[in-house]
Amino acid sequence: MSDTMTAPLLHIDQLGKRFGGFVALDGVDLSVPKGQRLGLIGPNGSGKSTLVNCICGTLQNETGSVTFDGQRIDGMVAHQRTRHGLARSFQLPRPFRSMTVAQNIRVPLLYTVNARAGSHLSHSELDDRCMELLKLVTLDAKAGKYTTDLTQVEMRKLELARAMAAEPKLLIADESMAGLSHSEVEDIVALLIRMNERGVTIIMIEHIMRAVMTFSQRVVVLVSGKKIADGNPDDVMKNTEVVGAYLGT
Amino acid sequence: MRTPAFILILTVVAAALYVAFDMVGSDYLFFAGYTVLQYIVLATAWNILGGYCGYVNFGSAGFFAIGVYTTVFFYAVGQRIDEIVPEFLVAPMQLIFPLPLPVLIVTAGAVAGFVGLGMGYLTLRLRGVFFAIATLAFTVVLETFIVNWSFVGGSRGAYIIVPNEVPVFGHLIQFLFALMLVLVIVALTTSRLIERSKLGVGFATIRDDELAAEASGVPTLRLKLVATVVSGALMGMAGAPFPYYIGYVEPGSAFNLSYAVNSIAMPMIGGTTSWVGPLVGALLLGTLQQVATVTISSAVNLLIVGLLLIFFVIIAPRGIVGLIQDRWRGRSKS
Repeated sequence: MSDTMTAPLLHIDQLGKRFGGFVALDGVDLSVPKGQRLGLIGPNGSGKSTLVNCICGTLQNETGSVTFDGQRIDGMVAHQRTRHGLARSFQLPRPFRSMTVAQNIRVPLLYTVNARAGSHLSHSELDDRCMELLKLVTLDAKAGKYTTDLTQVEMRKLELARAMAAEPKLLIADESMAGLSHSEVEDIVALLIRMNERGVTIIMIEHIMRAVMTFSQRVVVLVSGKKIADGNPDDVMKNTEVVGAYLGT
Repeated sequence: MRTPAFILILTVVAAALYVAFDMVGSDYLFFAGYTVLQYIVLATAWNILGGYCGYVNFGSAGFFAIGVYTTVFFYAVGQRIDEIVPEFLVAPMQLIFPLPLPVLIVTAGAVAGFVGLGMGYLTLRLRGVFFAIATLAFTVVLETFIVNWSFVGGSRGAYIIVPNEVPVFGHLIQFLFALMLVLVIVALTTSRLIERSKLGVGFATIRDDELAAEASGVPTLRLKLVATVVSGALMGMAGAPFPYYIGYVEPGSAFNLSYAVNSIAMPMIGGTTSWVGPLVGALLLGTLQQVATVTISSAVNLLIVGLLLIFFVIIAPRGIVGLIQDRWRGRSKS
């Protein structure tokens, strides 16, 4: 088997980040193979969002390295990482408010897909691609609406569709279900699984354990910037250290 | 509407305006019209960075002054060729100088664009009020530099002596007015082209949410630099004919606060998300100021700006164009 087949899609080695005296990430190691659905959990302040921000380039890690698809990316700025195939959605939806739903999806198509070598989508291809993605997230009926007309769950779906429009190899969904109802959570989980079935590796950060257990093939737990558990969801949930971190010991 | 058709319409309107003013036969109309046109260029230029990208630039007067002093510099070079160049170069230089005004305008655009690139590189990592303060500081630094540069007149100022009659156009002011009409066409066409291009989409994402823009693959810093260069270049071009217009330039007039205030207020009042907004705002505010200058006093100009700004912030925060768009959207919803 060649190296490229065995190499993980994302490899994080001894990642560290401090905010003044506060250690947000303390030597985190993580490898994510291609096609995996990974759940990343941890109590508030455990470093999940900092980890995502360091992977995606919103923050710069101080120690360690991030290797994506065989290439060191920790020196790249955020948009370069997106073009490299690493997309994210935000914890709080951040739509482009002056644009319609379809125009929001067009942005990554124009700036990421069309920026890749040998790829140039015509106007009609852009429209087709937009509609295809909006159908995937069941927002096709709202294509011409402004984002101010969307409900909370629709906003979350738009976030995910916009991330998917960048045609990522890895999608990081940062608390895509926060504040949603039971049925809406199921809707988003089903959507993320559909995206994974299209070949996209997904890291899902979530507090809703029901969603994590349904979605994840593997669960990683962060506490105080350190990885304390990594493995099968059922095994991780029985881990005494994880139970202690969530319930207190 | 395609760009060539848009340019053709603008050219026809500009030509009609020129002929109408010429038929009235009053030089004052050309003088007042020049100022309004100058503000259209400044407001349109400001809007490229301030309106499209959402970066409020208080440095308009600085870029305008770069244009002004580029002209003054080359005028001064032309006046002192035998003092500043070796003897063998005097004759060829005298063939080139004085530089024609259109060449000065292009040169001023290039210089201001280059300075814009430098300023952008140094300041565009700042956001919001910090960026605004940095651009204000840029103007102060630039003014201090000019005040202490005696070659371009320093604090005492510089006289620009040019013939009052120009071939084809007759009076100099008519020539300057025609040049400013061309600059308005250039500025509006550039602004409209940006708005409808991939670049315009990128600018809008920066204005809406810079973090989300980066996450969508938009190279935000590069785009902001493009905006600063284009915006600065247009402002510099607007400033280049000013010494010919006014005849005497000193730092107080070139770096006047009214340029910075009007460049911001006009797009705010007209609307910042489209090329039409600065045009509407500059026409409205510029004309009002000219009327106030001859009927009351030029001292009330800034008062007019302030009152109109307060009025529009309350009644139409997205400007006149935004107000019309909102009404239109509301009507199509119902």
